Amino acid sequence: MKSLIAIAGLLCVCAFAGCKREQRVFDPGSSGSQPANGVALNEVHAGGPLQVSDQGPHEESAYAVGEGKRLFSAFNCVGCHNHGGGGIGPALMDAKWIYGSHPQQIYSSIVQGRPDGMPSFAGKIPDYQVWELVAYVRSMSGQLPTDVAPGRSDEIQVKKAEQAKKKEHPPDETPQKIQKGQP
Amino acid sequence: MIIAAVPGFPGNQTSLNPVGPGAGRIEGEFALIFWITAIVYCLVLIALIVYVARRRHSMSDIPEPMPTTPQSDRWAKVAVSGAMVVTVLLLFTMMIGSFVTGHALGNMNRQTAYTIDVYAHQWWWEVQYPNDEPYKTVVTANEIHVPLGVQLRIHGTSRDVIHSFWAPNVQGKRDLMPGYDTDVMMQIDQPGRWRGQCAEYCGEQHAHMSFYMVAEPNHQFQQWLEQQAQSSIAPSTPQTVHGQQVFLSHACVMCHTIRGTPAGSRVGPDLTHLASRATIAAGLLPNTIGNLGGWILNAQALKPGCSMPPNQMTGSDLQDLLAYLGTLK
Repeated sequence: MKSLIAIAGLLCVCAFAGCKREQRVFDPGSSGSQPANGVALNEVHAGGPLQVSDQGPHEESAYAVGEGKRLFSAFNCVGCHNHGGGGIGPALMDAKWIYGSHPQQIYSSIVQGRPDGMPSFAGKIPDYQVWELVAYVRSMSGQLPTDVAPGRSDEIQVKKAEQAKKKEHPPDETPQKIQKGQP
Repeated sequence: MIIAAVPGFPGNQTSLNPVGPGAGRIEGEFALIFWITAIVYCLVLIALIVYVARRRHSMSDIPEPMPTTPQSDRWAKVAVSGAMVVTVLLLFTMMIGSFVTGHALGNMNRQTAYTIDVYAHQWWWEVQYPNDEPYKTVVTANEIHVPLGVQLRIHGTSRDVIHSFWAPNVQGKRDLMPGYDTDVMMQIDQPGRWRGQCAEYCGEQHAHMSFYMVAEPNHQFQQWLEQQAQSSIAPSTPQTVHGQQVFLSHACVMCHTIRGTPAGSRVGPDLTHLASRATIAAGLLPNTIGNLGGWILNAQALKPGCSMPPNQMTGSDLQDLLAYLGTLK
């Protein structure tokens, strides 16, 4: 009985220790070089993903994802991608990713820009805000844990809320079954 | 402390020093309640002191209760009933006064009032002066210039959470709620810079969300309005030309508008005439080159949690940017 209580207590402590949901960085600091000041690419060449590693706790922080949602409208991402459904730009709530669905790849797409319309935001958005946008973009297709999904939308909802979205499985993250009959 | 609470005590950001009819009526009602309660309080204390001084016994010897007579009973009845009648009358006086004040404040609405739009953001105030000709619309922030002696309609709402618009010297509070438009009437009869503040807790920088109502004579106000409706001045020296380039190629352009340049985002305050404003960051700091430089480099150290991100730039870029912003009169 005692050991049971001890285990339950330990589990509770672990659960709280592991919870970064409400973690919020008030002073992201201004020192150090920001990879987000990287080079914009030209109109025809997409380039490979930037070598970036430090992405911080953004994908586990409800605040960061919520900020990403605010910036997604503030920086007019909605102008082309709408609220995830796509329009001038590709949809972001499905499993199809032209330039990859990994956080680093989305980061690179935002910073470098991509041919046929996606502008480069190099030097225009601070590093931590790019990561917040990346986290929000990934939440659109249900890639994040449901407990960090952003708050409700102010605009009329035509799609499921981020936390209710069924997780999509981008092919580059999920091994595909090899179809029979193919070489 | 007590003197500062007396109606009519001078000061800025206090409802005891009204500079317009709205705050004047509120101050009148406050004075009525203040003097009634102050006089009653003093009378009660004096009576208490008198009867304590006229005590009939010492600590060791407790006297018998006073015998009552039919006459003393009658006096007691008269005294208690009289006190009750006076109390009820005074309470009714305050209640009727409150009703009359509320009625008068609610009846200030006039069709002819001059309309100013106020949008509350976390944590600053966007101010717009609508005009029938859209290109003459003036957009500014945290500083509300108004003509003296003209009735104003502050048409407000919030862009995020519930805020409250309160310039104590001018008028009572009015909550601004997202998705709900509200009108509050006011008028300022005394020239000056009257400080106001958000009066509804709205997040960690709620205390740093202030504004100034700048009351000036009508001709001066019209001059200001005409000047603010102009686009920004084009940079003329090599330094300011480069400063404008810095503005347009850094994160600034993602959130701020400078009319007359490609910068046109509506996320942060309009900077077209930044140098004409006396403070930055919603009244947090005086608008000096040093404060502005610190604010641009790391606003999060000055106002943690605000939407302005830290910015990296070389010293010379920053100097040029500050020189350019300084020309935006």
